[in-house]
This record gives sequence, C-alpha cells and structure tokens, in this order.
Amino acid sequence: MALFKRPNFLLTQSKKRGVPGGLWTKCESCQELIYNKEWENSLKVCPKCKHHCSLSAPERIRLLVDEGTFEEFDPNLIPSDPLKFRGPKSYPEKVLQDQAMTGLKEAVMTGRGKIEGISTVLAVTDSRFIMGSMGSVVGEKITRAIEKAIEEGLHVIIVSGSGGGARMYEGCLSLMQMAKTSAALAKLSEAGLFFISVLTHPTMAGIMASFASLGDVIVAEPRALLGFTGPRVIKQTIQQELPPGFQTSEFLLAHGMIDGIVERPELKKTIAKFLNYFSWGRR
Amino acid sequence: MDLRVFCLHLLALGGGPQSGHPPHCKKIFWMNGIMKELSLEFEKPIVELENRIAELKKFSEKKGIDVNQEIKALEKKLDQLRREILEHLTPWQRVQIARHPQRPYSLDFIHLMMEEFLELHGDRRFGDDQALIGGFAKMGNRHIMVVGHQKGRDLKERQARSFGCAHPEGYRKALRLMQLAEKAGLPILTLIDTPGAYPGVGAEERGQAEAIAVNLREMSGLKVPVVAVVIGEGGSGGALGIGVADRILIFENAYYSVISPEGCASILWREKGKMVDAAESLKLTAHDLFSLGIVDEVIEEPAGGAHHNYEVAARNLKKAIEHHFSELELVPLQQLVEIRYQKFRKMGVFQEFTPEQ
Ligand SMILES: [Zn+2]
Repeated sequence: MALFKRPNFLLTQSKKRGVPGGLWTKCESCQELIYNKEWENSLKVCPKCKHHCSLSAPERIRLLVDEGTFEEFDPNLIPSDPLKFRGPKSYPEKVLQDQAMTGLKEAVMTGRGKIEGISTVLAVTDSRFIMGSMGSVVGEKITRAIEKAIEEGLHVIIVSGSGGGARMYEGCLSLMQMAKTSAALAKLSEAGLFFISVLTHPTMAGIMASFASLGDVIVAEPRALLGFTGPRVIKQTIQQELPPGFQTSEFLLAHGMIDGIVERPELKKTIAKFLNYFSWGRR
Repeated sequence: MDLRVFCLHLLALGGGPQSGHPPHCKKIFWMNGIMKELSLEFEKPIVELENRIAELKKFSEKKGIDVNQEIKALEKKLDQLRREILEHLTPWQRVQIARHPQRPYSLDFIHLMMEEFLELHGDRRFGDDQALIGGFAKMGNRHIMVVGHQKGRDLKERQARSFGCAHPEGYRKALRLMQLAEKAGLPILTLIDTPGAYPGVGAEERGQAEAIAVNLREMSGLKVPVVAVVIGEGGSGGALGIGVADRILIFENAYYSVISPEGCASILWREKGKMVDAAESLKLTAHDLFSLGIVDEVIEEPAGGAHHNYEVAARNLKKAIEHHFSELELVPLQQLVEIRYQKFRKMGVFQEFTPEQ
C-alpha cells in the first residue's frame, strides 16, 4: 500500500542536536538514545522509560489494521479559509506547510479496515497537523465516517491525538464540529452500534470535550496528557502548583474517566476483544 | 480562556459600585450615576454628554428655568451618538461590551421576561453549580425550562458564581433539567454568557470535557424545541455545552468564539496584547456569525448596548424567543430532531476535489 511508503518524519526529526545521521532516535522523555531499528520494533515506545511517542495517522493505522485491508474514505477533502484568517501566518500557508511536513491533506484519516478480521470504521487524528486540531474537514470526515458505519452496521474506533482542540483558524465553524460529531455519535448509538475511543498523547480541549469523551469504551495509552483546559492555563488561573500526574492517563483512570490504560503493543488485541464482546451479546 | 486576565479585567473596571443595590433589581436607573466610573474608553463621549444633560436638568430644577427644549435636543443627540459609536465598534470593543460588568445577566433577563421562575438545584452527583442556573419558568402564555450561565455582580457573588465559568456539575445539572423538560414536553431556553468552562483542578478531576461532550450528544436528540441565545459571552466549549439548539440567537454586542481573543493572541501571536487583532481575525461578532450561518438571528440592543437599558434589551429578547418558539412548535417532534441534526450537520466550510484520473 502506497499509503505507508511516505518518508518517516518522526525519524528525520531526530537528526537535530547532533544525533548521528538518522541512525539513532532520542527519546523525547528520558533523552535515551535508541537505535532506530529497535525504536521501530518497539512501536516508538521507549524501551527505557516506556514513553509512548506520538504516531502519525498512517503509522497508527498500520499498527491497528490488518495488513492490506484499509480503504480510506474521503481522501480529497481539504480546508478552505472561510474567515480569511489574518494571523502571523495565513491559514492557507499553515495548511500548506503542514501538508508538506506530514504528507497528509488534513489532520484526520478515516476509512474502513479489519481489526483481527473484524470489519470496522476508523478515524485517526494526526497530532502533527496543526496540532491535530479539528476544523471543518476533520469534523466532516469523522461525521461521514460515523454515518458510513451506521449505513454498513459497523462499529467505530476513533484514535484521538490533538493538543489543539477546535481549530482557531476556522473560528466558530470549528466549534460547531464538536456538536456535529457528537450528534453523529448519538445516531450511531441509537443504531445499536459501538464506539471505542482511544486517547493518545495529547488529547485536549474541543476534541476531548466532544467525540473523544463519548466512547462506549474509552482507553488511553500510558502517560498521555488528557483533559479540557491546558495545564499551563489552569496553573496561571489558580496560581498554585498542579498535583503530580495531573491530567495524565493514570489520573483520568483514578478519577473514573476512562476504562483502562493499554500499552501500545497490546492495543490492537485489546480493541479486538472489545469488538468481540459487542457481538457476543444476545440482541 | 484565561480566567486570570478576565478577573483582572473585571477588577480594573471597578469592583463594587453596586453595593446597596439588589443584584437583580428591575430598576437600574442608578446606573447612570456610576457610568463615569465604569465606562469603557470608547464610551467616554457618551458619558460626557450624559453628564451634561444631568447637569442641565439639575440647573433647571434649581433655577426654575425651563430648558426642556434644550434637554430634548441633547437627548436626541445622545441617542444618535450611542448609535454612531455602536455602529463603528471594532470586534474587540464589542467583546468589551459583552463583558461589561453592568451588562444584564441571565437572572436579570429571567426576572424581566418571566412571570415566574422556579429555580431547581444540583446535579444529583456532586453539587450545585451557581455559575449555571436553571428552572421552570412562565414566559407570556408559555411554560418553559430555562437554563443559563450566571455571572455575579459584586466580588463575593462573582466568586460564588465562578465568574460565569461552569464546572462539570453545572453542565450535568443543565442536562438534568433539559431532560426533565423533555419528559414534561416543555420547550427549552438556554442563555449563554460565559468566558468559558471553568479551568481548575476539580473541574478536570470531575470530567469537564466529558460533561460538555455528553451535553452536546444529548442535546442533539432532545424531543422538545430548544432555543439558545448568546446574551453576552459565548466562550467556546463552555458556551456550546448548553448551545446545541434548533435556533441560535445572539445579541448584537455579544460574541461567540472558539477561543478567547486573549487565548488566541497568546497562542498564535505569542503576545496577549494582540487580542485586538485576534478578535478581528476570529470573526466572533454577531454579524460575522450570522454571515457564517452559525446564528439564526441577531437581536438588536438598546442604543449604546444592553447595559444602557435592561428593559428594552429584555423586550427585544423576549420577542425574538417567542417568535422562534412559535415557529418551532409547529414542527412535529420527530422531524424537529432530524432538522436539528441537519442544522449542525451542514455547518462547516471545506473543499472537495475530484482526483485527476
Ligand atoms: Zn524514554
């Protein structure tokens, strides 16, 4: 599949700071140097500190979907600039820059694929594309994917990774995507279908306050930053130190907000198990 | 949303000229006396003219001279001035009006528009959030459920109401009341006026994001008419959390935005001071939102802004709400929900190209 032959940007990023010629990757958490082969084999989980480095959307799909079974939906949706947003950088400039950097057209990839043989609809956000934020395209692609799932009677898996939440460049249009995607999930549920929400580092703000929090089952990768308001803003507001581990996956688990924490090598298996339970009941 | 900046902003505008006045008093005429202290920079010419009229009145009373003609002329001029200034406001100035400490809040409108208000409390899970209030109400010949963000007037009340920033329990209470309304077949009115959902440790621990998300999902399926009005600040997810409605209305000086201008400025420009540019770029004013198809109606405010005349603002608001309720009441309930779904379904602007063969 041509999809996965794109250059691997996570690896090229590691070239900075004198790390020799792309052979090694430095863990962004513990600074350990890891041989690239090992890094790939460990699915970008640091063997020393277990830090789960962000995966791109294509990498995530490769991780979760049975080889050769992924069919992408709506690959030709691209953002326009409805506000003619005037910032330090124009919106079209920002889009072009992140398209070039990621090889993606937008911050989400959607499609149909098999997970251990079970047909599902998937949406995977890519945290590198304007911080994985949701504008009209992301909202539309996710909504279309959910509607497709209803049409075909499939369950939905959304892997979220967005520090950006609702995308500023599209103003209130982005905000409304939260309502749009959440309403579509209501329909999915009415149709008796299930939604598994997978939270990865980071999932914040408008993404967390819409579809990402609405899973029938919600799992997170270890030590991801998950929440509504960013920790910096909260700290500024309350003028106090934040409790240790605040807004991590472990914190959310302890407060009853997620069903479990799943390490990356176990993720596909775990999702497949949930999917099986959804079909084993007598309905 | 930066609550701290917001609080400082409020404090800078003066904390307590309201002392001695009941917070939801219907007669707000005392406001003119303190306008000087509370006025925003661009309101200064208005205040000066107001003071001149007041002086002239005092003078005529004292000396027993009839200056009615002159006063009338000045009042006409004042009205014109208010309109002119309002017409040429920048988006950032409108944000300031939306945040004006004298602006009417949800309870002011409730008391001015409703003959009865039976407040209901608590989310049955954790607490009763004073930043998001609600209850049964009688408006004209209609019995409804109303929920709305509520800010405080004096410092103590502001703190008790978390500056209108609701916690998860606020959103959960709102949903409980809306589902109660659905069960009773009562139409729902939501009044949006918040800088944003509360940014705090407890709010995160109790699932601020989840509370909002669930409201979005559940409101989309409520089988009763829902009208939402942005009466002041429409601060992102915290506003949308009670904003999934059949009709979305907005006051002409209110704003509705994906992020506060300050937040946007500090992220994109890396400079909080750029909020004027950010407010411009975000297209957050009532008329911009109408052009973008996000709101259905812009409700006119009294000259100079809603804080100049609560009664007129409430009258305009009531008229608009009743108009939309009476339209929505004609739609069969099942259809209503589908139309609401399609309303949000259609929101979004993008391009779809056909790949070259
Ligand atoms: Zn490490």
